Amino acid sequence: MLLETKEVTQRFGGICAVSGLNLKIETGELVGVIGPNGAGKTTVFNIITGIYNPTAGSIYFDGSDITGMKPNKIAAKGIARTFQNIKLFKGLSAIDNIRIAHYASAKYSTLEAVLHVGRFMAEERRILDSSFELLKFFGLEKYASTRARDLPYGLQRRLEIARALALKSKLLLLDEPAAGMNPREIDDLIEFIRNIRESFGLTILLIEHQMRLVMTICERIVVLDFGATIAEGTPEEIKSNDRVIEAYLGKKKPREVSDNA
Amino acid sequence: MSSILSALSSRATAPALVAMGFLLSFAIPEYGLLDLYVQLVLIYVCINIILSLSLNLVNGYMGEFSVGHAGFMAAGAYMSATLTAKIFPPDQVALLFPVAIIAGGIAAAILGLVVAIPSFKTRGDYLAIVTLAFNMIIKAVFDNIDYVGGARGFIGIDRLTTLPMTFFWTVMSIWVMRNFIYSKYGRGMLAIREEEIAGEMMTVDTRRVKVLAFVISSFFAGIAGALLAHMLQFINPRMFDIIKSTDILIMVYLGGTGSIIGSILGATIYTVLLEVLRPLEMWRMVLMPLLLVVLMIYRPQGIMGMRELKLFIPGYDRVFMRRKPDEKEKPDAA
Repeated sequence: MLLETKEVTQRFGGICAVSGLNLKIETGELVGVIGPNGAGKTTVFNIITGIYNPTAGSIYFDGSDITGMKPNKIAAKGIARTFQNIKLFKGLSAIDNIRIAHYASAKYSTLEAVLHVGRFMAEERRILDSSFELLKFFGLEKYASTRARDLPYGLQRRLEIARALALKSKLLLLDEPAAGMNPREIDDLIEFIRNIRESFGLTILLIEHQMRLVMTICERIVVLDFGATIAEGTPEEIKSNDRVIEAYLGKKKPREVSDNA
Repeated sequence: MSSILSALSSRATAPALVAMGFLLSFAIPEYGLLDLYVQLVLIYVCINIILSLSLNLVNGYMGEFSVGHAGFMAAGAYMSATLTAKIFPPDQVALLFPVAIIAGGIAAAILGLVVAIPSFKTRGDYLAIVTLAFNMIIKAVFDNIDYVGGARGFIGIDRLTTLPMTFFWTVMSIWVMRNFIYSKYGRGMLAIREEEIAGEMMTVDTRRVKVLAFVISSFFAGIAGALLAHMLQFINPRMFDIIKSTDILIMVYLGGTGSIIGSILGATIYTVLLEVLRPLEMWRMVLMPLLLVVLMIYRPQGIMGMRELKLFIPGYDRVFMRRKPDEKEKPDAA
């Protein structure tokens, strides 16, 4: 078990955004989270990554309890994410976007940093080399010194994933990676996600509205509505699940029910 | 122009410039190459460079908005002046002056640590108000300490600040802050400025980065305060009020945020212009702000705004020149 949430509940004032969520993800799995708008999907990501401290319940990652840990510590443990509305460091070059993600892995002290001595030089060289390697893998090498904001939208998405992988994470959380993409780009994205999963040995949890993408690549799907799990299973099972159809399309009118009876 | 810039980026340039500057800073007072007034202006320029670069660390690189920088200066000025005028044995004051300067820096750094704490909780406008309040508190505190002269001011400070010493501290502060900027902590500051949440998700310890930036920034403000006190030989709390803080802000935004060369240019131009415009008397203080308004309209990013001289970027070629030569994109630096 790589990630497990036990009875996680998140309240904002009177609103219960997530209630009693039990999520289990095995190492190597590719799991999709779907649900109508406002179902609490992104909130789940924010809880896992430590942005929110859950009102109740606990979260285990890789065998240890990470409930209430600071976001940067959780990230250093190996959970990386992307955002629904890309959150790159827009004014910085692509290479610096990646280098920032090496904060925790850079092993030098403040004094070494301020004087540029000791382990500093070797560490910075390592960070620079591995950042370039990553850019190369993602075909972004020639944009190394281009500011993130000047990259086309598709490449921004790619850079954000590259940045997340710079953490050498075990678990990757993708928040609507296909948002704003056309069908052709979605095909590429499907290929791309499969590719990085293989190359980096990742476990992936993704939120997506794009059904084609979810149904094609996810092995297991979790459906949320009003902060609670309403269904869980393979894409085939989910497609024919009544509660899922109800959550997305609404209930049949009672009159029709009585007509049928 | 580009050939000058590329010559400036060679490895030997920075040490050569520093060595030349050092020689000059000794030679100028020794042989009276410049008259005393110009020498004073030079010292002023150096002090202002330290001030604007140290504020740029917090306001430009980290994107916070601190408006109480003069408060840290005051701490450094009063701490060092107390040591040299009241505590150190009079016959050894000149020898112990470097200790007093560092003590001034440390006093300011400790204050910086205290101010950094509310900065965890507040950002933007709120932090501005916190630092503004801090600046006022500092002034009020010194107004009421009779031991250091209270509101009348602190008199009897020796003239210990020399041109070589000021130059040394200017080079030190530029070097240390440049090193900080081009390390993981510096990149952490940029992450906080650009997208704090994403920074945390990318393992940046934002709390630690903020503390470090504040402490280093206020340390150098304290150093500048110590140098200023021993140049003017007189300090009073009013010299370190919000007006002084505004002056430093102007230098930062004039030169351009997030740029070392910007801070150097901003401080130099502002200081020299104020001196050059002295004959205009009261109109000077009308013309100067007017110039700033014009600058903000036509060049809101300041003179250098986020651009940097290659000279200040360690390993520039390693980072930005890896691309194949056929690539056309311009790197984000001058």
